[in-house]
Amino acid sequence: MHTLLVLTVEGLVQGSIYAAVALALVLIWRATKVINFAQGAMAMFTTYVAWLAIQHGLSYWAAFGIALICGFALGAVVERVLVRPVETASPFNVVILTLGLYLFLEAIAPMIFGGSVRSFPPAFAITGLELGKVQVPLSGFDLFTFGCVAGALLLLTLLFKRTNLGLRMRASAFSPEVSRLLGIRVGRMLTTGWALAAGLGALAGVLIAPTSLLQPTYMDEAFIFGFTGAILGGLESPWGSVVGGLAIGVVLTFVGYLSPDLETFAGLIILTAILMLRPRGLFSRQRERRV
Amino acid sequence: MGIRWGSIWQALGKRPLARHGLLAVIVAAAVLVLSYQVSAYTNYEVAGVAVFATAAAGLTVLTGVNGQISLGHGALMAVGAYTTSLLLEWQTNLPIVLVMAASVAAAAAAGLLFGVAASRLRGPYLAGVTLALALALPQLALHFASIFRGEQGIPVTPPSVPGWLGASFSGEQWLAWVSVAAALVTMVLLANLLRSWVGRSLRAVRDDEVAAVLAGIHVGRTQVMAFVISSACAGLGGSLFAYWLGLTAPGGFSVTLSLQLLIAIVIGGMGSLVGAVWGAIFLILLPDLTGSLATAFNLPSSIGNNLPLAIFGAVLVLAMLAFPRGVQGGLTSLGGFGRSHWRQRRTRRESG
Amino acid sequence: MKPTKTLKWVGLAGLTAVLAAGSATVSAASGTAGNRASAPGITSNSITIGSTQPLTGLAAPGYDEIAPASKAYFEYVNAHGGVFGRKIKYDYLDDGYNPSQTPPLTRQLVLQDNVFGIFSALGTPTHLSVVSYLNAEKVPDLFVSSGCNCWNNVAKDPWTFGWQPDYTIEGKILGQYVKQHLSGEQVGYFYQDDEFGIDGVKGLDNQLSASSVVSRQNYVTTNINIGAQIAALQAAGAKVVVLFSVPAFTALALLTAATLNYHPTWVVSNVGSDPKTLGGLLSSFSKGAAGGALVAGMISDAYLPVVSDSSNGWIKLFKGIVQKYAPSLPWDGNVLYGVSQAYTLVQALKAAGRNPTRASVVKILETRKLTGGPGLVPFGFSKKDHLGYQGVEVVKTGADGVTQTPLTSIYVTGNQGKITVYKGKATKPGSSGVPSN
Repeated sequence: MHTLLVLTVEGLVQGSIYAAVALALVLIWRATKVINFAQGAMAMFTTYVAWLAIQHGLSYWAAFGIALICGFALGAVVERVLVRPVETASPFNVVILTLGLYLFLEAIAPMIFGGSVRSFPPAFAITGLELGKVQVPLSGFDLFTFGCVAGALLLLTLLFKRTNLGLRMRASAFSPEVSRLLGIRVGRMLTTGWALAAGLGALAGVLIAPTSLLQPTYMDEAFIFGFTGAILGGLESPWGSVVGGLAIGVVLTFVGYLSPDLETFAGLIILTAILMLRPRGLFSRQRERRV
Repeated sequence: MGIRWGSIWQALGKRPLARHGLLAVIVAAAVLVLSYQVSAYTNYEVAGVAVFATAAAGLTVLTGVNGQISLGHGALMAVGAYTTSLLLEWQTNLPIVLVMAASVAAAAAAGLLFGVAASRLRGPYLAGVTLALALALPQLALHFASIFRGEQGIPVTPPSVPGWLGASFSGEQWLAWVSVAAALVTMVLLANLLRSWVGRSLRAVRDDEVAAVLAGIHVGRTQVMAFVISSACAGLGGSLFAYWLGLTAPGGFSVTLSLQLLIAIVIGGMGSLVGAVWGAIFLILLPDLTGSLATAFNLPSSIGNNLPLAIFGAVLVLAMLAFPRGVQGGLTSLGGFGRSHWRQRRTRRESG
Repeated sequence: MKPTKTLKWVGLAGLTAVLAAGSATVSAASGTAGNRASAPGITSNSITIGSTQPLTGLAAPGYDEIAPASKAYFEYVNAHGGVFGRKIKYDYLDDGYNPSQTPPLTRQLVLQDNVFGIFSALGTPTHLSVVSYLNAEKVPDLFVSSGCNCWNNVAKDPWTFGWQPDYTIEGKILGQYVKQHLSGEQVGYFYQDDEFGIDGVKGLDNQLSASSVVSRQNYVTTNINIGAQIAALQAAGAKVVVLFSVPAFTALALLTAATLNYHPTWVVSNVGSDPKTLGGLLSSFSKGAAGGALVAGMISDAYLPVVSDSSNGWIKLFKGIVQKYAPSLPWDGNVLYGVSQAYTLVQALKAAGRNPTRASVVKILETRKLTGGPGLVPFGFSKKDHLGYQGVEVVKTGADGVTQTPLTSIYVTGNQGKITVYKGKATKPGSSGVPSN
């Protein structure tokens, strides 16, 4: 029973990070109909920048902020400079472009920051909390992770539902031509969407780094599981992607407990199974075109 | 009277099999002759080019001709490589053609399985599932470590040089011969396939699914067929890869391998078989070049080692921004440009 | 002056300069008189050797210092007359601890860079992928940086030599320590799932009774999620955990155990136990306390002078060399390893004579006993045996997380057979710091 609790809690915490990545991917998809395969690598890069800040004596929180700001900036730059010119061509080209970006970032990170594996500090202690005499399988850092992702979700929901900016962004994604006619700077909305998504990715990167040890490939797993979560929930549905990410986290933690080598394989099976039944994701409202 | 080259050319034009076969024979002869002139290391690299060209040729058919993106062909190469390694472990003296055929069959079967599962997927969904395949399949080797020898992998003895070549014939040269032969056979078969109804179906489905259905083409079956064909090529490439490395271990089949195949077909031009060769050459030569650069400028290892990957990534990005049709596409347009320019000048000259 | 006259003066000045330079070279190279290009990789004034090392990836922490440290020692030797006047050129390439990267790199070293031999190739799984190739090509494969028994297969791989104590020997001596000093405690194993870990476990099992070992967990370097394994060790009640792991995974184990509030006695193989490396990897988690807080009290073993013992002659010599020729390197166990290994290579090259061949170096290692080096125990090289150092002493890391102190005598043993105490005297470096024989 205790193990069940431990695994579920651990799964939800991991899942919240996958949910963040999933949400970032969905944000970008809804704005530009593109899967950003470089999402994980971008998060890795911004985390390295944060690490550099800490090496130069800045506090953890300052570095945390720097990571987020770099995330926003990187997302905006990538959209404006790389993705915008290629969007109009075939969707292939964008996929390959983001894959190229992934390779590029994964290569220049060690060139700039050194290739050795580094340790990255957590915001709070990683040892389990003790409530009175009971050993709770949750650490301060786990709570922080969960809180950050939940907070980000809340903020994004508020942004999209309650603000003008959010309205404009939704309009631009839904119908770019009409939005332009209405005077919305659609290009700027797309860039903002990418910036927000990359910021979310940067958050995930910083949250996962302490237990993963910082190295150029450390975000690969988070990306693929976040992507799985997004697909599971359907790329059109932000809340679906969050549920998907959490579900993947829990399921994979259980699988990992039973058989550590088969986590990724289990992820593949789940992904393929879901997509075979519903090629557009579990929560998708669109029906796929049947020919 | 002399040989009427013009009529031979015309005759060949009507018989693609003959034309492709002749081209392959010419290339084979050239490689044969050159392999005696160059160093053992260059022969080793030629073998490497053949490995990647074989796999990339399959991928370019799938992605360029049929329009399905796959980020998982490294995993299909792994299927071929492990088949080869396990067979050789069981019986070291199996004839190499048999081993390769088995690897092709195994990879084709895996491709069939996966193709059926993924036949309804398009675009990013397909990309994501194939990416998951690339990550997950090598893990099976770790899990079933008693069969697949886990992370350490299964050693593979390179194909032994046949006695009639003499005792001093280098192993690398023989490896180059074997690999290039396999690659050429693959190319000829693929080229003929592409010119047949198979190629037409593949292209039709890529260009417009609805129209293809109206024309009587079964889309699902075509997608699966494309997967099987490309997986077979990847399986052969994987088998050659096992011989080339001398080892089959999960670490050799990371996502980077699948992405490298993608780079090869993008550089060479998607859908172009010759382009696959260009791409393979680029893949093998670039680390050499950056290595020499790093030594010449005494770059620290963190820069020198990551330079090839950084350049691969940058090339993909820039290629998409500037040359969506890759090297072969670029050469064709250059050729076309040259031809039209020359025609213009001739017309001008003739018109006085 | 007229142009032709200027030309004449320029020509004369140039000729004089060339002659002067030439004679200077001749006199400087008088140490190389009699040198021939006696083997691939050997010219009259240089010897080229190659290596594959994990400079990136999860095995890089700590291990990426070894080759630069060796290089520093070679530069010291080159500046002090070289080996018969020949300068040693050390070409090491990064294989990222990936056994699939090692074969093409090794072929590059042998076929393209034309090295005399491979030196210090690092990693058990990585080197296993090329050992048949090197032996088939008859390339000396000297002092593999790994303690696998696999390097001691003289019949099959006569060109390969180990250097560090093999993992089974280490496992036996560590196992004996646990049996004698931590008796009654339940033991768990955590080891790398390849020949490295498996050989170590063989040694442990030779000493520890099956009933005292309550859990055996392993890991692969491609999967850093070892939470399940550490939790299993905790659940089984292991109060002593023996690790055969690379530094990154030792750190991950310590870290994961800390999150589970699990504090067994850690007994770690030499290759994964360098306190400074571990401290560096764990520094972010020890908030305030020295990076070594999680490392304090760790038990390990050593076969070279204790790295923190600044009174030892070898430590003083090597530390000085590293400070001068590779100042960016820290002073820790991995650097000591690299310099000591380089010392052994120079000993071997000198012993092989003025014009060595590949075969002559192998022969000399089998027949001449290399003595006087920094090792605490002798090498086991002979015609039948290509094992390196024959034993270790057990050490403990102090509360500061850096200092190590010996706990026991120095023991020697073989893969089979009894463990005996080594009674030889400690060695001192010669005055030049370069091996004389």
